[in-house]
Amino acid sequence: MRGPMATVTEEQAPPQKWVGQSVKPRESYRLIQGKGKFLDDIKLPNMLYAAILRSPYAHAKIVSIDTSKASALPGVISIITGEDVEKATKPFMGVVPPPGDKVIDYCLAVGKTRYAGEPVAAVAATERSIAEDAIDLIEVEYDPLPVVVDVEKAMNKDSTLVQDAVGSNIVWHKQFNYGDYEKAASHADTIVKEKLHFHRFGAAPMETDNVLADYQESTGLLTINCNNQMPMFCLALIVLATGWDSHKIRIITNDIGGGFGAKIISYTYMVLISLLSKKSGRPVKWIMERRANIISGTHANEATFYVDIALKKNGTILGINAKTIHDEGAYLRYEPIGALLWVQVSSGPYRFKNLRMDVNSVVTNKGPVAPIRGYGRMQHLWMIERIIEIAAKQLKIDPLEIRMKNFITSEEMPYVTPSGATYDSGDYPQALEKALEMIGYPEWKKKQSEYRKHGKLIGIGIGTGIDSGTNNFAQVKLISKENPFSGQSRMAFARMDEFGRFQVAVASNPHGQSHETVVSQVVADELGVKPDDVFVLPGMDSFSHPFTGHSGSYASQFAVSGIEAVLGASRKLKKKIIEIAAFKLGATPEDIILKDGKAIVQDSDKSLEFWMIANMAWRNNLELPPDMEPGLMELYCWKGPFKLPDEKERLNPTLTYSYQTHVAVVEIDPETGKLQILKYVAVDDCGTQLNPQVVEGQVHGAAMNGIAASIFEECKYDDSGQLLSSTFMDYLFPTAVEIPHFQTCHLTSPSPFTTLGTKGAGEGGGTPLITISSAIEDALAPFGIKITDSHTTPERIYNLIKKSKKVKGN
Amino acid sequence: MEKKKIKLTINGEQMEGEAEPRTLLVYFLRDVLGLTGTHIGCDTGHCGCCTIIMNGVSVKSCMVFAFQAEGTTITTIEGLAQNGKLHPIQESFWENHGLQCGYCTPGQIMSASFLLKRNPNPTEDEIRRGIEGNYCRCTGYVNIVKSIKAAAEKMQSK
Repeated sequence: MRGPMATVTEEQAPPQKWVGQSVKPRESYRLIQGKGKFLDDIKLPNMLYAAILRSPYAHAKIVSIDTSKASALPGVISIITGEDVEKATKPFMGVVPPPGDKVIDYCLAVGKTRYAGEPVAAVAATERSIAEDAIDLIEVEYDPLPVVVDVEKAMNKDSTLVQDAVGSNIVWHKQFNYGDYEKAASHADTIVKEKLHFHRFGAAPMETDNVLADYQESTGLLTINCNNQMPMFCLALIVLATGWDSHKIRIITNDIGGGFGAKIISYTYMVLISLLSKKSGRPVKWIMERRANIISGTHANEATFYVDIALKKNGTILGINAKTIHDEGAYLRYEPIGALLWVQVSSGPYRFKNLRMDVNSVVTNKGPVAPIRGYGRMQHLWMIERIIEIAAKQLKIDPLEIRMKNFITSEEMPYVTPSGATYDSGDYPQALEKALEMIGYPEWKKKQSEYRKHGKLIGIGIGTGIDSGTNNFAQVKLISKENPFSGQSRMAFARMDEFGRFQVAVASNPHGQSHETVVSQVVADELGVKPDDVFVLPGMDSFSHPFTGHSGSYASQFAVSGIEAVLGASRKLKKKIIEIAAFKLGATPEDIILKDGKAIVQDSDKSLEFWMIANMAWRNNLELPPDMEPGLMELYCWKGPFKLPDEKERLNPTLTYSYQTHVAVVEIDPETGKLQILKYVAVDDCGTQLNPQVVEGQVHGAAMNGIAASIFEECKYDDSGQLLSSTFMDYLFPTAVEIPHFQTCHLTSPSPFTTLGTKGAGEGGGTPLITISSAIEDALAPFGIKITDSHTTPERIYNLIKKSKKVKGN
Repeated sequence: MEKKKIKLTINGEQMEGEAEPRTLLVYFLRDVLGLTGTHIGCDTGHCGCCTIIMNGVSVKSCMVFAFQAEGTTITTIEGLAQNGKLHPIQESFWENHGLQCGYCTPGQIMSASFLLKRNPNPTEDEIRRGIEGNYCRCTGYVNIVKSIKAAAEKMQSK
């Protein structure tokens, strides 16, 4: 069950352990006073402001760009267009093998535009309003080209090409065979086939993607202030495209107003604004408008599935065979990794062994997709849960029974899936039972049949999602063996200052996950102090925070990779503190414990206060052990215990596998299709919780994101490639009125693979999408309606009911 | 465009600055007066990140021109804590984890302060309707509602 939820203050008697306590986030103190430091809060002397001109066409040749009128506007300092970008940079690197490696992606459109909203030119001016005025004065002549927005039409040989050099819109295709689906199908009693569609929606963090670049010609130093959530990984993409001196690039993030994965792909803007700063010789700040945020991509992976499921009569699943078509939009920013990440959760929470995945990554004239919360896994998990429910109905098996029959049990953990993922721990049946108990399943079932007699539609939906976390980059070698990434790592330092207080830094680019607080709790336990004695460097500065090429916040992993790095550094520091104390006190290190800011020789009255130890290390080093290096600052780099893919292309793609089970009760008005969530329960298990209140917050957020996507939000394009939901006017971002209260419960299956039993969490596996689809289908059961699209608005429900009535009428 | 002088009272202090006729109040607060606690999250008046109290009423400061604020009395998030002591709504947001990234938080807190002034003891439904104009992407609103409820209790017991 969920741990003690009352917050803990340090004035109270300190608990035995700070880990596991809901310590009030220290970050909140500045944020509730409006004293956070977000990118737009920064002003530098002599700073310019940028604005970006975007293409009105989804696909068009750029015939000419005339910037003369804009240049003449007083206050305009510099303008760059695709021509400048083509001269100054190479296209960004991708991860696809030939011919998909010929996808061309620059920070501004070069030669042609490939989606409506693509950046075409950028202006730096002395004021933001002047930069925006200047944008209106740039004259671009476009020659519109045929547009392709339907992903299946894009696969046709005669389709217009989005990326001409590739020679096809299918930029990556590969068939994966785990187990033997053909054989499994030959033993099946039934094969159920369905076409399913997982829709496109946005991440929409409240703070958009912003950049403040400051190039100093005198030193060659380029400082990029940004809110990218994985900038030290992106630095590789930036340096490879620009050829800039990597050792003279400084990247800084401060408070970040949400990310949800979308902010990973802001590296194109980091290059664009840096180019403006270099050209202007002055710092340049760019603040993305909301409309730009929605139209310029950062959408979740849109996928179409042609899926077959092979089953025994009794509901035992033998295998799944799916052709998946991922609509990547116009560019591959971090793609097609999203089309691959099903390998993390290949059989979902189920035991079947045979899986064939025919994966197609296709470009269209839409905004590029991005690694959004639940990235790549939620699409696959939704597909599995959907086809299982549809099959269960066909076999007339209860949806609970089919799940219970096929769930991997806790006794089977750690469990190796067909694709080699090693599920570390968990109890899916228990989570479902708990969720059903909390919702009051039998009572709702009874009410449902009573209500149906009166024409009232109630549906109960269930779903289990796996939140695989701490990724092994070697998974990208399944796309191409040549890809120069593998493993996972994090680096941290722990320092005892000259007065015996502690500083810790880890480059995690947090944006709402309370990393400063959680790190202080972990370090306090290790070093026998209070969290307040541990200052965790806020934000990230690549010149002060130790980082690796894997640093950042993504792939549900701080509680694993970040904390392992911090633990490693703290334990090295602890060892040295103890060695100094032992030397000074004439004791053996084994007898010394650290407690209440002192090194204490157990079973004696001998002790040494931390400040005295610190003083020896930092300014009285002749009293140190003679062979000891002075100072008390330890650096540790954690390496994920991973392997490369084996000869059958199996690998463990993440280290931990948190999971959530949700149950929802919905009511649908049959006259209007209006949907109301009557009750919502979320059971989560991410192993040991470092700070239960922070974990619960993540559960709430993931629940809301998924509900928002399933019944409200959609990035819908018309045939000409215009996004029809490009502002908050029509992109239905739900408020507190639409979102229900969530009842939560935490189970604890500690991970055997991490020091504290923690697992990464936060993405939630897209569980609400599974659950809401299931609930709607259950509510509409009297009409025999199947839910085959992840987006189910009242309008769609209304049309489904109308269509089914028509069928019945016939 | 020509700039004009604007005088107003913010957080109990007389302030003045210059702005173009087209400058929105939120930009005037942030860029001219340096009060960066009020945030911007959209271009269309939906998200509520920029909510302030103007002449006693909650206002989205991106929906008001700076010159319209001439002579008004404004409270922003920076003016809520008094003499170094947090406002009970701020305390409650902190205690109940009513925020994560904190970007929408100033707007949420300002809306909550207006709600509790009109309705010191709101039901859950009334709280949800009271913050309908404030988007949050992190919390699912659960802990925001909880925070406002807790603040109401705290303020009533005083």
